[in-house]
Amino acid sequence: MQISGAEILVRSLQEEGVEFVFGYPGGAVLEIYDAIFRQQEFKHVLVRHEQAAVHAADAYSRSCDKVGVALVTSGPGATNAVTGIATAYMDSVPMVVISGQVSTPAIGLDAFQEVDMVGITRPCVKHNFLVKDINELATTIKKAFYIAATGRPGPVVVDVPKDVTQQLAEFHYPESVSIRSYVPVTRGHPGQIKKAASLLAEAKRPYIYVGGGAVQGGASAEVTELVKMLGVPCTNTLMGLGAYPGDDRQFLGMLGMHGTYEANMAMQYCDVLIAVGARFDDRVISVPSHFLAQPKKIVHIDIDPSSIAKRVKVDVPIVGDVKHVLRDLIDLMKQNGQRPDAANLAGWWKQIEQWRSYNSLLYTPSTEFIKPQSVVQKLYEITGGDAIITSDVGQHQMWAAQYYPFKRPKQWLNSGGLGTMGFGLPAAIGAQLANPNAQVACITGEGSIQMNIQELSTAKQYHTPVKVIALNNRYLGMVRQWQEFFYGTRYAESYMDALPDFVGIAEAYGHVGMKIENPADVEGALREAFSPALKERLVFMDFRTDQSENVFPMIQNGKGLDQMDLPPHMRELQIAPFENNRDYGNMC
Amino acid sequence: MRHILSILLENEAGALSRVVGLFSARAYNIDSLTVSTTEDPTLSRMTIVTHGSDEVIEQITKQLNKLIEVVKVIDLNESDHIEREMMLIKVRATGKDREEMKRMADIFRGRIIDVTEKTYTIELTGTSDKLGAFIEAIDRSVILETVRTGASGIGRGERILKI
Ligand SMILES: Cc1cc2nc3c(=O)[nH]c(=O)nc-3n(C[C@H](O)[C@H](O)[C@H](O)COP(=O)(O)OP(=O)(O)OC[C@H]3O[C@@H](n4cnc5c(N)ncnc54)[C@H](O)[C@@H]3O)c2cc1C
Ligand SMILES: Cc1ncc(C[n+]2csc(CCOP(=O)(O)OP(=O)(O)O)c2C)c(N)n1
Ligand SMILES: [Mg+2]
Repeated sequence: MQISGAEILVRSLQEEGVEFVFGYPGGAVLEIYDAIFRQQEFKHVLVRHEQAAVHAADAYSRSCDKVGVALVTSGPGATNAVTGIATAYMDSVPMVVISGQVSTPAIGLDAFQEVDMVGITRPCVKHNFLVKDINELATTIKKAFYIAATGRPGPVVVDVPKDVTQQLAEFHYPESVSIRSYVPVTRGHPGQIKKAASLLAEAKRPYIYVGGGAVQGGASAEVTELVKMLGVPCTNTLMGLGAYPGDDRQFLGMLGMHGTYEANMAMQYCDVLIAVGARFDDRVISVPSHFLAQPKKIVHIDIDPSSIAKRVKVDVPIVGDVKHVLRDLIDLMKQNGQRPDAANLAGWWKQIEQWRSYNSLLYTPSTEFIKPQSVVQKLYEITGGDAIITSDVGQHQMWAAQYYPFKRPKQWLNSGGLGTMGFGLPAAIGAQLANPNAQVACITGEGSIQMNIQELSTAKQYHTPVKVIALNNRYLGMVRQWQEFFYGTRYAESYMDALPDFVGIAEAYGHVGMKIENPADVEGALREAFSPALKERLVFMDFRTDQSENVFPMIQNGKGLDQMDLPPHMRELQIAPFENNRDYGNMC
Repeated sequence: MRHILSILLENEAGALSRVVGLFSARAYNIDSLTVSTTEDPTLSRMTIVTHGSDEVIEQITKQLNKLIEVVKVIDLNESDHIEREMMLIKVRATGKDREEMKRMADIFRGRIIDVTEKTYTIELTGTSDKLGAFIEAIDRSVILETVRTGASGIGRGERILKI
C-alpha cells in the first residue's frame, strides 16, 4: 500500500522507537503534523520557540540513551533551530532534526519561507540530508539515526521538501544500513593499549583526565574501575562531570579555567596522563606550550581521530570507543599485574593532598547576602545529590559544576562547547520527560533564563515539575567578572536594568514563584520547593544573590594551569610557585 | 610545505561544498582543487593542492576523513607520485612574436590548438611548476588570457586509491 511521505516519516520515527518529538508547526510541515495527529505511538511536545525544541531534544538525549528528535518548519523555523543544533554539535550529542523545506520545484527561487537549511547547518552538523525523492525518505531517516548515534555522536539534519511529504510511495523501513564511507572504529589497537599499560605502570605521577566522551560512551563503570584498581587521581572536564563519582576521594574535582587548584596542578605536574574522551579544550589546558613545557607522556583515547593531536601532540594515540579501550586496558593490566609503584604513588598523593588542603573552593560565608555557592550546596544536600541538574551559561553554571558533586553520568546537562545561554530551561523539560521520576533542577541566571523564559508555558502544558533555581545577581555576572578583572571595572552593558518580577512571571504561567532575599531563608525555601506538596509543580526560585561574587579559581587567557587566580584566602597564604624539580626529589 | 591530497568521495550533491566548506571554516588553504567522476559513476575523485605545517596537514586529512561522504584520502606526498595540470593560454601572435610563440610552445611540448591571424591558443600539460615556468619564459605582454585546471595527481607504480 502506498502512503504519503509524511506518513513514511512518521512510521520511520516509530520504527526508531522515538518517544517524543519536540517541535513547532508551520506551512512546510503541515502534512507531517497531520500524520502525527493521526498516530499515538509517540508524543509531540509543542515548544514556544524552535531553539527550545532543539535544546529539549538535546537534553532528552543527554539524559537517557536515546537519540533526541526535533521537528521544525522551513525558513524561520529552521533558522531558529540553528543555535540548538550548533549547541548539540559542539557537545557531540546524538540528535535528528527534521526541517520542512519548500517544495522541490520551488527550491532556489527565493520561495516563501525558503532557506538553504543544508547550507546553513553544514558547518554545525555531523551530517545533513536534503530528501528530494520520496523513495529515499525512509532510508535517509534510518541513516540519520545511525550516523547521529554511532562513532562520535552528533546532530543530523534531514531537510524534507513539502511535496515529498505529500507524494505517495510504498513504505519499507530498512533493518540496517551500512555506509561504505562511514565506518566508525570501536576497538583500540592492541599494540597501543599495551603501550598505554606500560606507561601507566611506570608512571610516578599518573593522572586520569576524563571528558564528555566517557559520559557519551557509557564508560563510567570502566573509568571508575581503572581509577580504583590503580589507586590514581582522576579529574573530569565540565562535560565529563559524573563520569567519575564526584564525592570520591580519588576525584580531584573539575579541571580547567574554573577547575580546582589540585586538579589543575596535577594536570600540569603529572608525568603520565591518560586522556579519556576529552579533547584538550582551550578552557581546559589553556596554552598548549605551557602545558607541555612540563614534560609528560600522554595517552589519548578518543573515537574521533581528529580530536587527537589537534591541540596537543600525544605519545600514545588510541582511536576507539572508550568503553572498549578501557575494558581492554584494565584486563591487560590485571592480567600482567601491572600497576604504578606504590611508594611513588604515595609521594604523588602526598603532594596532591597538600594542594587539596588549600581548599580552593572555599568562599566567605555571609549572613547579609545570599552566597550563590551556598545555594548550590544546599540544593545538593536537599536533593541528596541525586537530581538531574541542567544549567545555563555564566557564573551560576560554574558554581553548579563546582559545588554539586555529580555522582553519576548524564546527571549534569549543560552547554559546554558553545556556551549557549537559554539552554537550561528547555533542557530541564527534555530531561524531565526522559526521566519522569527524577528530580530535575535548572540552575540559571537572571540573564540566561530570559533567553528562553517562554518555555515556562511548555512546562505547564506538559506538566514537567522542574525546579528553576535562578541565582539572580542582577548582572550578566560572568561578563561582569571579566570586566572587573580585565577592563578596570567598567561594567559595560553587564548590568540588567528593569528586571521583571520573576515570581509574577512564574505565577502568570501557572507555576509557583518564590523570591528569596535572606540567607536564612535559603534552606527553608528549597525544602519547600522540593517538598511532596510541590512535587507536581514547577517552582521558580528567584534567589537574590551577592552581586559581587566571583568564580574562583580562574585561569586567565594566556596563563598556564599552574598560574591560577586564586580565591582571597589562598592569596593570603602566598603559596610559593611550585618548583617541580626541587619538590620531586623527595616526593617520589 | 606544499601537499597534494587525493580524495575519493561519494558522487553526491553537496559533497563538494562540504569539502570546500571544511577548508574555509577551519582556515586551511586551497591552492587548487580539481574534481570529476571516476570510472565508477558513484564516486568522484578530487585532487587538492594545499600547504601547511605537518600538524595542519594531519588535521586536514583527519577532518576530510570525518566527512561522511569522503571514502578515502591519501597524501600523495607520502610516496612517489605523478602530477599533471593543464593550461590553455592565449597569446598575441603577430610579427616576430608569432614565430617566437611557436618556438616556445615546441620547447615546452605545448600544442597550438587554435589559431587566428593575431593569436595562438596553446595547450600545455605538465606539473604546476612547468606551467609556471612557461609563463615566466614568455614575454608577459603577449599573454592575453590563461586558464589552468589545477593539478591532478596519481600515485606512481602499483599504488592505487580505490575502495
Ligand atoms: C562559561 C564556561 C566556562 C567553562 N569552563 C570550563 C572549565 O573550567 N573546565 C572545563 O573542563 N570546561 C570548561 N568549559 C567547557 C569547555 O568549553 C568545553 O566544552 C569542555 O571542556 C570540553 O569537554 P571535553 O574535553 O570533555 O570534550 P567534549 O566536548 O565532551 O568532547 C568529547 C570528546 O570525546 C570523544 N568521544 C565521544 N564519544 C566517545 C566514545 N564513545 N569513545 C571515545 N571518545 C569519545 C569526542 O570525539 C570528543 O573528542 C566551560 C564552558 C563555559 C561555557
Ligand atoms: C546566547 C549567548 N549570548 C551571550 C553569551 C555571553 N555570555 C556568557 S555568560 C553571560 C552572562 C550570563 O548572565 P546570567 O545568566 O545572569 O548568569 P551569571 O553569570 O550572572 O550567573 C553572557 C552574556 C552567551 N554565552 N550566550
Ligand atoms: Mg546574572
